[in-house]
Amino acid sequence: MTAFTGIPKQVEEVLTTHRRGFLKNAGLLVVSFAAGAGGLIMEADAQDSTTAHPADPYPDLDFRQLDSWIVIHENNTATFYVGKTDCGQGTGTSFRQLMSDELDIAFDRTACIMGSTDNTVDQGGSGGSTAMERDSWPMRRAAAEARRVLLEMASGRLGAPVDRLAVSNAVIAVKADPSKRVTYGELIAGRKFNVRLTGANVNVVTGVAKVKPVRELKSTGQSPQRDDIPAKVDGSLEWAVDVRLPRMVHARNVKPPFACARLTGIDESSVRSLPGFIRVVAKGNYVAVVCEREEQAIRAARQLKTTWEKPATAPFPASENLFDYMRATTPTSASNPIVTGNTEAAFSSAAKIIEAEYEVPFQGHTAFAGAHATADPSDGQMTVYSNDMKSYGMRNGVATFLGMPREKVRVVWMQGPQGFGRTAADDAGCEAAWIAREVGRPVRVQWMRDEETAWDTKSPAFLVKVRGGLDAGGRLIAYDYRARSCDYNHVGYNEPDTVLIAQLMGSRRAKPAAGSSATPSEMYAIPNRRMAGEVVSLPVVWETPLRTGNLRDPNGPQSTFAAESFIDELAAAAKADPLEFRMKMLQAATTDDGGFRRARSIAVFNAVAEAYGWDPRPSPKPESKANILTGRGIAYSFRGQTVVAQIAEVEVNRQTGHVWAKRLVCAHDCGLVVNPQSLRHTVECAMLHGLSRAIHEEVRFDTEKITSTDWVSHPTLRHADAPERIDIVLVNGDPNPNRPDLPPYGAGEAALKPMLAAIANAVYDATGVRIRRVPFRDDRVLAALKAARL
Amino acid sequence: MSNITLKVNGSTHTLDIEPATPLLYILRNDLGLRGPKFGCGLGQCGACTVIVNGAAVRSCIMPASSVKGEITTLEGLSSNGRLHPLQQAWIDEQVPQCGFCQNGQIMTAKALLDKNPHPADAQIRESMNATLCRCMTYYRVQTAIKRAARIIADAQPVQPVPGKPASGKEVAA
Repeated sequence: MTAFTGIPKQVEEVLTTHRRGFLKNAGLLVVSFAAGAGGLIMEADAQDSTTAHPADPYPDLDFRQLDSWIVIHENNTATFYVGKTDCGQGTGTSFRQLMSDELDIAFDRTACIMGSTDNTVDQGGSGGSTAMERDSWPMRRAAAEARRVLLEMASGRLGAPVDRLAVSNAVIAVKADPSKRVTYGELIAGRKFNVRLTGANVNVVTGVAKVKPVRELKSTGQSPQRDDIPAKVDGSLEWAVDVRLPRMVHARNVKPPFACARLTGIDESSVRSLPGFIRVVAKGNYVAVVCEREEQAIRAARQLKTTWEKPATAPFPASENLFDYMRATTPTSASNPIVTGNTEAAFSSAAKIIEAEYEVPFQGHTAFAGAHATADPSDGQMTVYSNDMKSYGMRNGVATFLGMPREKVRVVWMQGPQGFGRTAADDAGCEAAWIAREVGRPVRVQWMRDEETAWDTKSPAFLVKVRGGLDAGGRLIAYDYRARSCDYNHVGYNEPDTVLIAQLMGSRRAKPAAGSSATPSEMYAIPNRRMAGEVVSLPVVWETPLRTGNLRDPNGPQSTFAAESFIDELAAAAKADPLEFRMKMLQAATTDDGGFRRARSIAVFNAVAEAYGWDPRPSPKPESKANILTGRGIAYSFRGQTVVAQIAEVEVNRQTGHVWAKRLVCAHDCGLVVNPQSLRHTVECAMLHGLSRAIHEEVRFDTEKITSTDWVSHPTLRHADAPERIDIVLVNGDPNPNRPDLPPYGAGEAALKPMLAAIANAVYDATGVRIRRVPFRDDRVLAALKAARL
Repeated sequence: MSNITLKVNGSTHTLDIEPATPLLYILRNDLGLRGPKFGCGLGQCGACTVIVNGAAVRSCIMPASSVKGEITTLEGLSSNGRLHPLQQAWIDEQVPQCGFCQNGQIMTAKALLDKNPHPADAQIRESMNATLCRCMTYYRVQTAIKRAARIIADAQPVQPVPGKPASGKEVAA
């Protein structure tokens, strides 16, 4: 299992030694055949880029070398090396499916190694649901090229032209005489392909061979079980948290008790006599304690006496005043409005105008375990064992942060708790590396629960005002969308100057990242519309736990909550069925984009309505006297080219205000489906993540610190919240018969996006009460019901 | 420091350790086990769950000195190289996403099924409610528990009922 599940430490050294030795030394391939047909590019004696700087232990892998992607073994199996990490969606299994199809080898004769910077080419790791959409393409092309090269080699070996050869499961045979055969392993095992690929960057790199048409893919479209799961259920997987090295010590951070606090004193005598104590390490406002054992470090970090000075002014408003603050604050930036038609003229002719304002608070990534990393400073190098989803970015960040040549730094990616983008801006890697260099021993760092929940990156709060004008026939003729996000100084990917330890040590960018707001993602034909976004800043932007980062479709859930709630409000104002109201706006257009998103939007609406059994009627339902009120809500959105429509059926308890999503239905179109089972699971969990954000999640704070510090004060979805039934329909709504080879689009983020609005719309349908503030906690819903005298 | 003896997955270990050390750190750092994990250190999430004397307990807040009885961890569920029906059901239903919480899910479910081999849906929700998953695999966890319960029930020898044949198979014959 190990080869399939990241690189557990006990095999990592072996693998690394083998891999590096292979890439450096095994240039033994003798090209003994003509390199003419098909433009075969062979470099029998080409200098491998990995030997360019022999003194550097970890040079970059050359993405233009076929050997960087694929190794064929003597036993006629293959290992694929990809520059991606898996956050829990099973992408490694899907890459194996696509690559084994292109290589013409059975899925179960392959393995996939992911995301370690000295073993795999830099494809950026994970993020943005790009695994299948963008990053599977160079993998497929490399595998196709390997197949082509092997056919050329077999042609020489078997004395038959390539077009007279057939390939099946890594065996090449002469069509006319199948007894003449040779395996991939016999052709190349133990040696390098030494084939150059071309292309300006890793995303476009290609060989000469073309990828197969979809109809010829065999494993793709099937659902082989995910290869990482067995070791996750029998306890054998070595995770990043499990790394243990000789002489390793444990560190724990001592976080400032207030945002923007200045460290004025450390009393080391408060912990010096504790068992296992090694030392306190500190610079600027960053403080950590190092001990021999983990529980000793935890105790010492808690017990260390430190003194801090509060900032002169409050770093932020209290969470209950956040939206008033956002309303009153002058934006730091504003986007150029997207304008169609003449919105104000249309409003002046409208028969009915409605207006609403929606509020989404800061929500945490709140990964299931705190940030963690183990760093080994041996031999003047730095190896970081990490679950960072962007391991390549961490390598660069750590190297710059420490002032080390990046060729002396590597990140070994291993599995970890899903963070929905948290590990793109991982903090523990730089911390572990810095402390390891300070103490000269391998160091393991892990954040505690309160530290992670309070100080992780946050999804920005949004305040969205929307105004709509209906004509006398109930058509939406004027639409004005204005979003304001609290997103100034959005943290990037492992940036050495914005990672928290750097901020605490005093690093300041001349200009913080501008941040962004977002406009709705829908294909409605609205003749006159204006959409604009603004960003506001909190009073302070550095050394604050309210630092924003990318959380699973950054900004999409917030803007979609507002936009799709408002469409529902318009439908109710027009006394129209909310599905039909949307469909009319989709059908009113006559043009579409290159990916047919409008037609595919109509298709997912049709599919979700059919799967649910939607009966057309306006919302809300007629008033009921029952204690449990039921309703259904619909919402839709797209992310990139992935289009999603969802229906939620909820029960609202009139006595308690509790909302339970009893049934969820999703129609999902992401083009080519590689592994339907993995995709369904990904969609299912993304929907439930959306549900969690809809009903539970909110970061709370007073004017100097975060008060959400654990699973009680920042609650998450629980077993009792799980729906009774979830239906997922995988739609291929592409109307163009000339596109039989639909590309795969992204999954994982799009399915979260509409859920908040679907729940809000269902609550409205059940109760007639519109909840415009996330999350729909029991007390908030109950107060709204009471205010409406329900 | 004092000697503490722990029986874990059938093996006995004696360690010279601070008695207040939470069991989790001993299992992970001294015994090298990877099933139980640190999630919150507060007993809120369940990642560290192990079974002591048949009960699912949170090892992150349990002092080693207070452990009285045999400890079973995720690694100890399989026997003779065969996965426990819960583990098999987890694979069959493809339950995990990242998988970090699944130790807690499986061990809590084990304690549940040991006490109540045929839990109703509401009992599953209630018994599992304090065992969290940030990937939100709850729907599949619940499905897998029901699947495992069926597998376990099918594997049990049917108790003979007076006046009736001992098994359904004989009835069919």
